[in-house]
Amino acid sequence: MELLTPGTGLIFWQAITFLAVVFILGRFAWRPIIGSLKAREDSIEDALKAAELAKEEMKLLQADNEKLLQEARKERDEILREAQNASNRIRSEAKEQAEQSSARILDDARREILQQKEKALAEMKGMVATLSIDIAEKVLGKELQDKKSQENLVDDLLKETKIH
Amino acid sequence: MFKRSVTLVIFLLFCSFFFSGNGFASSSDSEEFKPGDVILHHVLDDHIWHFWDGSFGTLYLPVIVYSEERGLDVFSSHNFYDQDHNVIPYNGYILDHGHIALENSEATVWDFSITKNVAFLFLNAALMLLIFLNVAKGYRKNEGGPPRGIQSFFEPIIIFIRDEVVKPNIGPKYERFLPYLLTLFFFIWFGNLLGLLPGAANLTGNIAVTLVLAVITFVLTTVSGNKNYWGHIFNTPGVPVVLKPIIVPVEIIGMFTKPISLMVRLFVAITAGHIVILSLISLSFVFHSFSVGILSSLIVVFINLIEILVATIQAYVFTMFSSLYIGMAVEEHH
Repeated sequence: MELLTPGTGLIFWQAITFLAVVFILGRFAWRPIIGSLKAREDSIEDALKAAELAKEEMKLLQADNEKLLQEARKERDEILREAQNASNRIRSEAKEQAEQSSARILDDARREILQQKEKALAEMKGMVATLSIDIAEKVLGKELQDKKSQENLVDDLLKETKIH
Repeated sequence: MFKRSVTLVIFLLFCSFFFSGNGFASSSDSEEFKPGDVILHHVLDDHIWHFWDGSFGTLYLPVIVYSEERGLDVFSSHNFYDQDHNVIPYNGYILDHGHIALENSEATVWDFSITKNVAFLFLNAALMLLIFLNVAKGYRKNEGGPPRGIQSFFEPIIIFIRDEVVKPNIGPKYERFLPYLLTLFFFIWFGNLLGLLPGAANLTGNIAVTLVLAVITFVLTTVSGNKNYWGHIFNTPGVPVVLKPIIVPVEIIGMFTKPISLMVRLFVAITAGHIVILSLISLSFVFHSFSVGILSSLIVVFINLIEILVATIQAYVFTMFSSLYIGMAVEEHH
């Protein structure tokens, strides 16, 4: 058994033993091990893919939500604007109406006052005329000595006859 | 922790060195110490497994011989040795430097003995079966779950061999060859590492062992070679017709040099490592000096660490090149 000459016995045993080990391990160790490793890697890959998919879906959902929210906001703004417009319109209409009616009332009142004034003036004119006639009657009826007493008389008479 | 373990290793090495010193002392008293003989004795195969001198230090392994003249014979190798450990003939067989021959005949004797390396080979195989059947059991028991215990130690190595060595070199058809290549890697790796233990045999540094492994790779390559592979050898593309008479023989020789390089590389790397370590240990006996022993022991520790690295690298390289050769054989046209 020299260093460089392979011994037949060792070749024989090595071949048999090694091939037996390859066979036994191949059948009972490597096959299940590699199979399990593959199954595990596949399951990990599947899980990763599923997670990625879920993430994408989530993103899509989020975008949808955002869109919905934006739409809702827009709608709200529109509604608000419309409401504002409506209220403005109503207010201006009411104002106009109020102005119109107040102008009408004022007009009526003015006309009424004018009428009354004219009526009163006419009445007063009548009354003044009668009074003047009464005063003149009384002045003329009473004989007056002096100028002073005449004036007093006129004053008294004037006092008596308050113009209403 | 690391520092403490290094100290421990050094201490143990000193111990082993002193013990072996005693062992050698008995022989060096009477005759001159021949480091070459001692080293070769440690590196080569033997019919006995010698751990230490004295009682129960030697394991006598069974001898199995077959010759046309005598038929099959099985007996203990103890019969070849007398009380003083001298080699004696037994039952017509003589043991001459590891070769068994017939005493008075020139006929060939086929030696199928369970030698030291064969016994070590069985140990290696048994260890592999024990470990990997256990690892496989882990996968069965703990289906789909994370690896546990011994499983988690070997899983990254198995995945490394599959993904970094076999898959890139062989390509998509790698799965068929994976069982062989995984067994190959772990067989060589375990053999290399176990061979570094004191008293262990130099299994993967034996040319018979590397020969068998290389031949299996060669057979696998040749058997699974496709049209493309053979076309490459006998009708090398891109080569002018004039050069073909030169290129084709070169390619045919290349078919055989590949496994031969596998065989020689592993054998040389491991045997050389053992020879270096044994030479350094022998230094102290050559110089008869303790101080040389201390120094050489320190170097031996360092070389041992390198040898652990070499053990792994050589297992990797053998598997890698085997994958590469198989990959060349099954490669589709590109």
